[in-house]
Amino acid sequence: MSSGNGYKVIGTRPIRHDGVDKVTGRAVYGGDTRLPGLLYGQVLRSPHAHAHIKSIDTAKAVALPGVKAVLTGADLPEAGDTIVDLGEGPARLKYMSDNVLATDKVLYSGHPVAAVCATSVHIAEEALDLIEVEYEVLESVLNVREAMQEGAPQLHADMTTQEFGEDTGKTSNLATHFQHKLGDPDQAFASADVVIEREFQTATVHQGYIEPHNATAMWNSDGQITIWTSTQGSFTARAQTGAVLDVPVSKIKVVPQEIGGGFGGKIPIYLEPIAALLSKASGQPVKLIMTRPAVFESTGPTPGSYVKIKMGANKDGKIVAADAYIAFESGAYPGGLVGAAAMCVFSCYDIADGLIDCYDVVLNKPRSFAYRAPGSTQVAFATEHVVDLLAAELGIDPLEFRLKNSATTGTRRIDGVVYPKMGCKEVMEAIRDSDHYKSAAPSGSNQGRGISVGYWFNVGLQSACTASVNSDGTVSLTEGSTDIGGSRTSIAMQFAETLGLTAEDVKPQVVDTDSIGHTDVTGGSRVTYATGWAAYKAALDVQEQLCARAAQLWEIEADQVKFEDGTFSSGDKSYTFKELAGHLDETGGPVIGRATVNPDSGVGGSFAANIADVEVDPETGKVQVLRFTVIQDAGRAIHPSYVEGQMQGGSAQGIGWALNEEYYYSDNGHLDNSSYLDYRIPTCLDLPMIETIIVEVPNPGHPYGVRGVGEANIAPPPAAMANAIGNAVGVRPQELPMKPGRIVAALATGG
Amino acid sequence: MSKAHVQTTINGEQTEFLCEPRQSLLEVLRETLGFTGTKEGCNDGNCGACSVTVDGVLIDSCLMLAVEADGVEIGTVEGLATPESLHPLQQKFLEHAALQCGICTPGFLVASKALLDHNPDPSEYEVRHWLAGNLCRCTGYDKIVRAVLDAAQEVRASA
Amino acid sequence: MKDFEYCAPSTLREAVALKAEKGEAARILAGGTDLIVQLRGKRFAPDRIIDIKNVPEANELSYGPRRGLVIGAGVPCWRFYNDADIAERYPGLIDSAAIIGGIQIQGRATFGGNLCNSSPSADSIPSLITHSASCNFAGPNGKRSIAVEDFCTGPGANVLEPGEILVSLQLPTAKKNTGCHYQRFIPRNEMDIAVVGVSSHVVLANRGKEFKAVRIALAAVGPIPIYASAAGEGLVGKTVSDEAIAAAATAAQEVATPISDMRGPAEFRTHLVGVLVKRTLEGAIARARGKFVANAVQEAAG
Repeated sequence: MSSGNGYKVIGTRPIRHDGVDKVTGRAVYGGDTRLPGLLYGQVLRSPHAHAHIKSIDTAKAVALPGVKAVLTGADLPEAGDTIVDLGEGPARLKYMSDNVLATDKVLYSGHPVAAVCATSVHIAEEALDLIEVEYEVLESVLNVREAMQEGAPQLHADMTTQEFGEDTGKTSNLATHFQHKLGDPDQAFASADVVIEREFQTATVHQGYIEPHNATAMWNSDGQITIWTSTQGSFTARAQTGAVLDVPVSKIKVVPQEIGGGFGGKIPIYLEPIAALLSKASGQPVKLIMTRPAVFESTGPTPGSYVKIKMGANKDGKIVAADAYIAFESGAYPGGLVGAAAMCVFSCYDIADGLIDCYDVVLNKPRSFAYRAPGSTQVAFATEHVVDLLAAELGIDPLEFRLKNSATTGTRRIDGVVYPKMGCKEVMEAIRDSDHYKSAAPSGSNQGRGISVGYWFNVGLQSACTASVNSDGTVSLTEGSTDIGGSRTSIAMQFAETLGLTAEDVKPQVVDTDSIGHTDVTGGSRVTYATGWAAYKAALDVQEQLCARAAQLWEIEADQVKFEDGTFSSGDKSYTFKELAGHLDETGGPVIGRATVNPDSGVGGSFAANIADVEVDPETGKVQVLRFTVIQDAGRAIHPSYVEGQMQGGSAQGIGWALNEEYYYSDNGHLDNSSYLDYRIPTCLDLPMIETIIVEVPNPGHPYGVRGVGEANIAPPPAAMANAIGNAVGVRPQELPMKPGRIVAALATGG
Repeated sequence: MSKAHVQTTINGEQTEFLCEPRQSLLEVLRETLGFTGTKEGCNDGNCGACSVTVDGVLIDSCLMLAVEADGVEIGTVEGLATPESLHPLQQKFLEHAALQCGICTPGFLVASKALLDHNPDPSEYEVRHWLAGNLCRCTGYDKIVRAVLDAAQEVRASA
Repeated sequence: MKDFEYCAPSTLREAVALKAEKGEAARILAGGTDLIVQLRGKRFAPDRIIDIKNVPEANELSYGPRRGLVIGAGVPCWRFYNDADIAERYPGLIDSAAIIGGIQIQGRATFGGNLCNSSPSADSIPSLITHSASCNFAGPNGKRSIAVEDFCTGPGANVLEPGEILVSLQLPTAKKNTGCHYQRFIPRNEMDIAVVGVSSHVVLANRGKEFKAVRIALAAVGPIPIYASAAGEGLVGKTVSDEAIAAAATAAQEVATPISDMRGPAEFRTHLVGVLVKRTLEGAIARARGKFVANAVQEAAG
């Protein structure tokens, strides 16, 4: 089977290597870990959003039969003032440690304060009820703009605002204030014929992976710690756990189990150090699995935001200036995602003059973390709304307006980045050329169509691969990127392509931290790009070694052996890969290819777009998606089915974010909807088939042209939905979620 | 509290176990009997990852006590394939790439099997309605629905 | 969750004795889809769980022209929406049975449990009220029956005595020119708790042009499911018309006392009462006139 792109394997749709295990129930996920003598842990969480911990008395819990160990924040090593960069940018170790188990203060409802392990999960749970915690409850703050105000409840007595790279020395919930400026925006706005400014708010939302966080640990008496967990990054989990436990990374082996979804939310650690310390105290392996309410209350979410966008354009339809004010919740600890938002806010347009003004704010919610193109969705919702309004004001078709202003290769973004080869315009053109867009927009009453575009810059980072050639001509490929959605196969396919093998000839496996070189997280849409690149390089290494083996057999120099189409040859002599693999024994033994990469310079960002047709019930405010198309630049789609899957999945999450998902807090800071029942992610009855169009503008920074496709697809949906709703009923929402009550209220007041 | 002795049939095999009354069928399947193909996503009946059949009726095993399983026939994901081949649903899930992380997949397969047993020729809407109690966060459901419709056709053709 | 004693009696007498012995320290297990979640959430910590699914009276599902419809307290939803006889005679009831949770929940959940859980947002209770259903109890002092609209006394509270058990629900014989329809509003299309639910039950006269009897009941807009008697009675004798329906909607809104919570603001809920009374009355009228109005299962079947 050929994909018609000049490649034999890339672009085809083989069955994933881990597929049979996953459809038969045999794949072992973190929660499935079973060990002899396993104990079960549970975590006690704060019922208060903001409080001093005055005392914790664990005596009664310790005394409960079956309880083997009890832990509080006091049992964690003193974290001090160390700054660590463990896969999420620089952070104070103290904050990371306190988020695992609070010491002096709890900063959100659900903040862990103690942990227990026992012979059964039920006994552990009963023990939690016996732990007595005395709190001094403090006033909490849950809204990003309120948290920034003078006099707001302060979360950290020792946190001062960093402004434009300088420490202001001022204690505040505002962790960081920074700006990007390009040209002279004031003058450009003054010259604009049309200027539109709007304010937007988006709710805190959760990644919503179906598998709860889990960790199982065994701390041996020789000091060696093994952790089985579902993580997006086994090396990152090792580094973070080592830092929190003050243990060298070499003492820790992280065994990544299958992972049931992450979307960015399984990069940070929560349970790993707790499981390890409980194991140390009990001398037995300990497994912890979060309850679903704990997942919502204590992990993940991605920031709620307040965003103000001002854009100006000329009568001829050119955007001349853009300003953004972006305030993001970072949750209980600083280090949020507003920096990424700044890179995405005007990323789809060529704008010569602009200002991006950013605020990272702490407040009494769980520490926010990455969620698929983190920060991009919030700002795309705002920008794409204003872009539609500008087009309408100028009387230009919204797609034509976008095409006219599209960023392109060489465009300098307001944050200073100059785009390498990229596919923004091609993605917009694909909207125009799609069956969906060419078909008439739905014309029933209260029906409408909206479009939008969005961006994610993608990352590179480090990956390692080793490849062991088997005597039957197959290859065992070893890598460290935990496979969250079929990446074993997309990596194996790049390896196979390079050596003229089939995808099935390559047997990929994800291994533990003792068995492969450092590999960064499965995140930033980097795995098919960077680990795929490592596989490509490992394949070249194998190729070179096999050339030498062939040369040895033919008694010629290695550089006289050619490799082409899976065949080693010299003159009229040739070996297929499989034939040559059969001669390893007699030519010196095993062949192992290996490679490491750190390819930050070649990363190619990805643009995505949506066409959404909706119908609004004006009496109930409920929005139904009638038809939905997602378009994305994949650079080169290695396995098109899984590229489509990423696009469809991001679309569904974006639609959920658009319509219903939100953290709903009571006034005292308790999360009321910490269940799937009331958090309301889309069911299959809420969605139509999601049409996909893969655009391929190959990334020159990757041997096969790959751009990661995991993330950009979640940026445009809320904006496309808002624009569609606006076109359906004349009211274009400025707040997420666009839930029914809000739509009805907006219709009643005309906006 | 003393443990209860439960005799039951799982995927056609008679089996027995001891459990505390407070243990769910899900917990006993996973932790006592090793049927870890049945997954826990929410433990409150809102995600369907723990779907099993009990006497042919589709249920969430997190919302049934293990002691209630005495004398019933339980079907789990581990019972779908034969030693010779995958069930057509399993095969179609692979061919359509209807899984990404795979944690919801066993629940979807068990629920889809129950659907096809009950309605061998479902419409797209019927598939979506039947599977609304199974959450997937990775796929947007598109490929799952296609896989189920395709498998239904294959099951009908081979019937 | 605290451990408990599990009992699965096979006679009603035995079940009553087990319940009476422990009173409030014993809880009845029917489908368990609410109870098990509540045990985990520590809303209850009973000493004893009494599974009534082996009690013959709790398993009864029967229809007779004199007795009407009897639904044992342990009968799960799927059993009656798959019963053609019931689905034809009581389509308004099937509207409710087909939307309680997803298919998995309907494999276990019972109307008896839904009633005894006594949530204001229960999907079955408005339909039971408008069908003039009664509940049959058994207790240490014998059996008694009351109307469903008199059953709930507050969120999660009802008239059951500590030693009593709900055995079955009983609905009068389905009459001609009668139609009932239940709708709820939820933000998703499945799996949500009602933001508002409304059941309307009508008996028409004068060849379907006039309201002879009307019962309207509301979910999720007060501390208990509300029987909006005045809204229904106000229609009696009136000609079927948009104006009459609008007046009933307004009357129903007047008895709604919703709160604001994560499922929706109070004002929105009151607004929805008006929308759903109108829509369910229209559906009930259509059914009374012999027209087909699909429930969730029929909608799926096209």
